[in-house]
Amino acid sequence: MNPNELTVQSLRQIILDQSFRARVGHIGSALCVADLIHALYHRVLRVSAPTDRDRDRFILAKGHAALALYGVFYQKGWVTREQLNSYCTDGSLLGVHPERGLPGVDFATGSLGQGLSIGAGAALSARLQKSARRVYVLMSDAECNEGACWEAAMFAAHQRLSNLTAIVDVNGQQALGYTRDVMDLQPMADRWRAFGWSVAEIDGHDMTQIVAAVKPGSDRVPRVVLARTTFGKGVSYMQNQIKWHYWPMSDDEYKQAVREIGGQS
Amino acid sequence: MRAAFIQTLVELATQDERILLLTADLGYLAIEPFADRFPDRFFNVGVAEDNMLGVATGLADSGFIPFVYSIVPFAVLRPFEFIRNGPIMHRLPVRIVGVGGGFEYGHNGLTHFGVEDVGVMRTQPGIRVVAPADHEQTRTALRRTWDVAGPVYYRIGKDDRTVVTGLAGQFELDEVQTVRPGRDVVIAAMGSVAPEAVAAAEQLREQGVDAEVIVVASIHPAPEQSLLSVLRRFPVCVTVEAHYLSGGLGSLVAEVIAEASVPCRLARCAVRELPIGVTGSQRFMHERSGLDRAAIVRRTLEALKTGGKA
Repeated sequence: MNPNELTVQSLRQIILDQSFRARVGHIGSALCVADLIHALYHRVLRVSAPTDRDRDRFILAKGHAALALYGVFYQKGWVTREQLNSYCTDGSLLGVHPERGLPGVDFATGSLGQGLSIGAGAALSARLQKSARRVYVLMSDAECNEGACWEAAMFAAHQRLSNLTAIVDVNGQQALGYTRDVMDLQPMADRWRAFGWSVAEIDGHDMTQIVAAVKPGSDRVPRVVLARTTFGKGVSYMQNQIKWHYWPMSDDEYKQAVREIGGQS
Repeated sequence: MRAAFIQTLVELATQDERILLLTADLGYLAIEPFADRFPDRFFNVGVAEDNMLGVATGLADSGFIPFVYSIVPFAVLRPFEFIRNGPIMHRLPVRIVGVGGGFEYGHNGLTHFGVEDVGVMRTQPGIRVVAPADHEQTRTALRRTWDVAGPVYYRIGKDDRTVVTGLAGQFELDEVQTVRPGRDVVIAAMGSVAPEAVAAAEQLREQGVDAEVIVVASIHPAPEQSLLSVLRRFPVCVTVEAHYLSGGLGSLVAEVIAEASVPCRLARCAVRELPIGVTGSQRFMHERSGLDRAAIVRRTLEALKTGGKA
């Protein structure tokens, strides 16, 4: 597989290569949302250039998966191979969490629970400015532990921000355990519905389902897409394992991971 | 000050469509002139300050100048991390309007006091803090700063009648305002407690002490040069603020004196104890905290006696 390809497999290879080289974690989180981010940037978001004022906006509320974002920016030609290879080196703009100075990053994130409010503001702006641009916010399921998410959910529903789409990466785990054990989020769909949102539930690794679920529809309220995902998707020993929230790969683990996604080490 | 602020905001908003007003469900009998005039540019976001700051961040990024309004602790302390990661980190023109600096909400107790807001905000590079001393200065301050780059925190009060004698509505960014010239000692005041400083200077006059009074309203970043030009002329400076001892005007003056090695003794009138277990009017709380004119006079005379020969 050529890492310069625009496929989601090549995006996973970038995630593995860069996190292995930099010896940093959050690999499982980035792999988990690779399909969602790939689908959004290659098939959904209307962004002619990162500087386009009327582009659709994307907020990676779960900022710790930024490596997946950097990978797709590389695929889009917004960051160079040299920039990508600077990931988590001293002086790089590409850190663990996305910073706004990097072309393509609409909002800096890293602190959970803030993205949806900012997205609601961006969506309200589009409405006030009579722009057709849309706003997409990719959140984590455990992020919904944060009360501010529900403040934003109430606000967006009250304002009927139908140009706002939240995508919740429902991988069922968080830093120190499984969500059902730490802070049970179920019934997730009922909760969002009760807050006035339209709810779609999909397989977060199925491109067709992702694209269909996030495409603008006839909703008159904001929409949330609950995307069931597998943490560490594609690498057997990472899948659904808590430790891969933070753990870096050893040489052997890297080789196995690349082999499993069908790439080259 | 809040009526003056909202009236001025209405005037500015008439000229500039980018101005929006958001409130977290506060401002009864204060914000109506804006809400009535610009219903499409006014948003009551409910009792949810974190979200208000997040929404304002999204709005400002799209070219708006959102003013967010609440009582000081709810405008500053509750959503502090949203302020830091939003308008400060993204360098966006969000305007945070905190009403009730100090003890303006006297009987409401500590939950409603704004006694650490300036200290908290002063920790952050990339935001301006403006704390007017009366309603006339509030008008000028807003007109001078509403469209500056980056975020601004306005610490205002509720009093729209009292004026600081000699201030005459003056305000300039990065400048202090001299409201009463003097030769023996300088009293520096921040916010709506400033009239007590002026009254103290009048009482000191009767005792043969000629006190200068300055108002520090452009408080962060520190108006260093302007402040130094005053401090260099006096052996003693007394600061007066309805704010905890740490982080506010007294801390700022101490930093400026120390870094510039100015031979000026500092005495601070500030809130030194946790204001709990008792409620009272603003005046009562000022007296209890040593911020009334009599306490300022005592503190000034003490400082002159012990340190005035520096």
